[in-house]
Amino acid sequence: MNYLKLKSTFENYLFILPAVVIFAIFYIIPFIWVFQLSVFEWDGISPLKTAIGLANFKEVITGDPIWWQSMLNAGYITIIALTFQNAVAFFLALACDREIRFKNWFRVIFFIPPVLSEVVVGLVWQWILDGNFGLLNGWLTKIGLAHLAKYWLSDPATALNTVAIIHCWKGFGWGFLIFLAGLQGIPRELYEAARVDGANAFYCFKNITIPLMIPVIVLVGILTILGTMQAFVLIMAMTGGGPAYHTQVPVLRIYASMQGASRFGYACAQSLIFGVILITISFIQYRFSGKQSR
Amino acid sequence: MVAMGTRGMIGESTKHTFSLKSFLIYLLMAFSSFFLPGCGSNSSEVNNTNVSKPTILVWHWMTDRQAPLAELAKRYEEKTGIKIKFELYAPSDAYSQKVRAAAQGNNLPDIFGILAEKRDFAAFIKAGHIADLTPNMNAENGKWKNYFFAKALAGNEFNEGNTYGVSAGIYGVPIDVTTIQMLYNKDLFRELGLDPQKPPATFDEFLAIGDKLKAKNMQGLVSGWGEMWMIDCLANNYAFNIMGKDKVLATLRGEVPYTDPDWVKVLSLFKKMQDSGVLANGLVTMINKTAEQLFANGKAVFAFNGSWCVNVYKGMNPNLNYGVMLPPRASDKYPMSIWGGAGTSFMVNDRSPRKEEAIKFLQWFTEKDQQVFFAEKTNNLPANKESIKNIPEILAQFSDDIEYATHPNTWGVSEFPPVIEALDKGIQSIIIGEKSPEQVSQDVQKIKERELAKKKAK
Repeated sequence: MNYLKLKSTFENYLFILPAVVIFAIFYIIPFIWVFQLSVFEWDGISPLKTAIGLANFKEVITGDPIWWQSMLNAGYITIIALTFQNAVAFFLALACDREIRFKNWFRVIFFIPPVLSEVVVGLVWQWILDGNFGLLNGWLTKIGLAHLAKYWLSDPATALNTVAIIHCWKGFGWGFLIFLAGLQGIPRELYEAARVDGANAFYCFKNITIPLMIPVIVLVGILTILGTMQAFVLIMAMTGGGPAYHTQVPVLRIYASMQGASRFGYACAQSLIFGVILITISFIQYRFSGKQSR
Repeated sequence: MVAMGTRGMIGESTKHTFSLKSFLIYLLMAFSSFFLPGCGSNSSEVNNTNVSKPTILVWHWMTDRQAPLAELAKRYEEKTGIKIKFELYAPSDAYSQKVRAAAQGNNLPDIFGILAEKRDFAAFIKAGHIADLTPNMNAENGKWKNYFFAKALAGNEFNEGNTYGVSAGIYGVPIDVTTIQMLYNKDLFRELGLDPQKPPATFDEFLAIGDKLKAKNMQGLVSGWGEMWMIDCLANNYAFNIMGKDKVLATLRGEVPYTDPDWVKVLSLFKKMQDSGVLANGLVTMINKTAEQLFANGKAVFAFNGSWCVNVYKGMNPNLNYGVMLPPRASDKYPMSIWGGAGTSFMVNDRSPRKEEAIKFLQWFTEKDQQVFFAEKTNNLPANKESIKNIPEILAQFSDDIEYATHPNTWGVSEFPPVIEALDKGIQSIIIGEKSPEQVSQDVQKIKERELAKKKAK
């Protein structure tokens, strides 16, 4: 009996072994290496690495104001994504959850931006928003609103907002899809029972839809934070982090440290600090939202 | 198949035993297929040990040059029987990362290029990845060395007592030459009432065009200043012009501060250009590809670009009527300077078992006939000085100014990357009116002092 139990346990472990090995090779070992590299000064080429303790971490935290400006920029884009992007996604999901015509078409259309390549999206929007010959300024001029035409991506007053809005356009489809799935999971009987009791649409929304959607809203919120804080390709393609440092985000800084300055150890320290910040924000949001839903 | 067919007839425990055995076999096969290939030598090595004529593997990033490179490889194979395989990895950022990763695993190909600054080049040499070509260059009274423009070789050379700690020698083979200059559209010049044969020679003449541009609602200078290094290039050109090479290099060594009035003067030139209207709008986030499109399509009067642009403009607008000019000088004290020298260089992997064959191929590749063919097909300046006679007129204009060329890779001392970034971003801030030249010079100097202190502490 004991032998069979032992054998069964051994078999179970054996079956999960491939997954564990793959996880270890592609996630755990690289993570350990990143941590190991973060305490070295290394140019990425030389076989020699100089151990410098926690100096890289100290420099990121106390001696790199551009890093913290990039965190603020990413935070700003994240706030816009959390509010504007997710509100749009939620209300579009709400609209598509109802019996409206062409709702399947809308579902497909709303999900097109997320599946497009970020580089392509960035370059196309750069072309549309070009201050001199862009489509947007052309249209504004045609309809008599030439005074609203701007150098959207190269003017420090508009660059970050423009990047944030394009990021929202690119990303709202994910939230839309998850919200729609959440809305479809709410039992219809609840709405029918509420209507029998005389509840109007707003009451149903406030007392049925919102409370039951809170876990989904939390999930979308966490995914939005993680996705937006790590924005990189779109910004690289549209502004390269400029003008000056106005659209710099943390991943661009990590990339600049690694590729531009050949400071691999410093880049690893930046990414570890960034990872800790993201985990902390997600944890706080999860705990806070958990309390709200209770 | 049998096992599948009898599955329903066998008992539970037998079924388990069978599954476990199958699972273990599959697991072993999977592991073998994943890990065993890594234990052997790489495929090209295997090929080369088994056949008499080796295959030389070359990595590069130049999408526009793959076809002529392949053609030259074919010619070399016909001549020698040695196969040359050019592998293209683009874009250039991805290529750079691939080369670094390959260096870590000692998997570099026989020949490769490095897209990096001199300090990275030095790091590759010190790590034993790049062969010293000095004996080959100097053989037969310097026959191979004499093929090249001195400025093309200089970027691949490390002199005695260099600050990088590399043994003196030549470590790369230039395959083409580049100069980065200003270009002007001759047709738009006529529209502005300017003489297309007389581009502005002084900075004041250049600034005066700003009013004409505004009056005609035309865009002035376009360039890839969103990519930053091109701002650095023009700033250095003017630094050489205003304070001379010695003072610029003294600044890099930390002996002259960036707050020096000459540096403030250099930074002020960008403010003057912005204020006068000679800079195109949106220049600070413009990538070079956009700048090239604007200039090629006649939407900008000036461009600041490298000689590689001849091929690019030819593809975008074969009828573009343009000329090449030195950046207008801001001072008569020192000569105007431009960045130039080796455009692309190939290095030989010092660990390659086919090192000698790789060097022989590069010697053949840089001979006059091959260089003429390569220059014709790619519209780039050849590195072989004898081939320069056969180039198109517009390229000749670029090559005429090669005497003014300099490059950070030839200075023997380099600036800290954070300082370069602060200077370039600072110039962007000046152009967008966010900071004054004085503020930027102070910001840059602060970072310079921080980096010097860090270096001292080490």
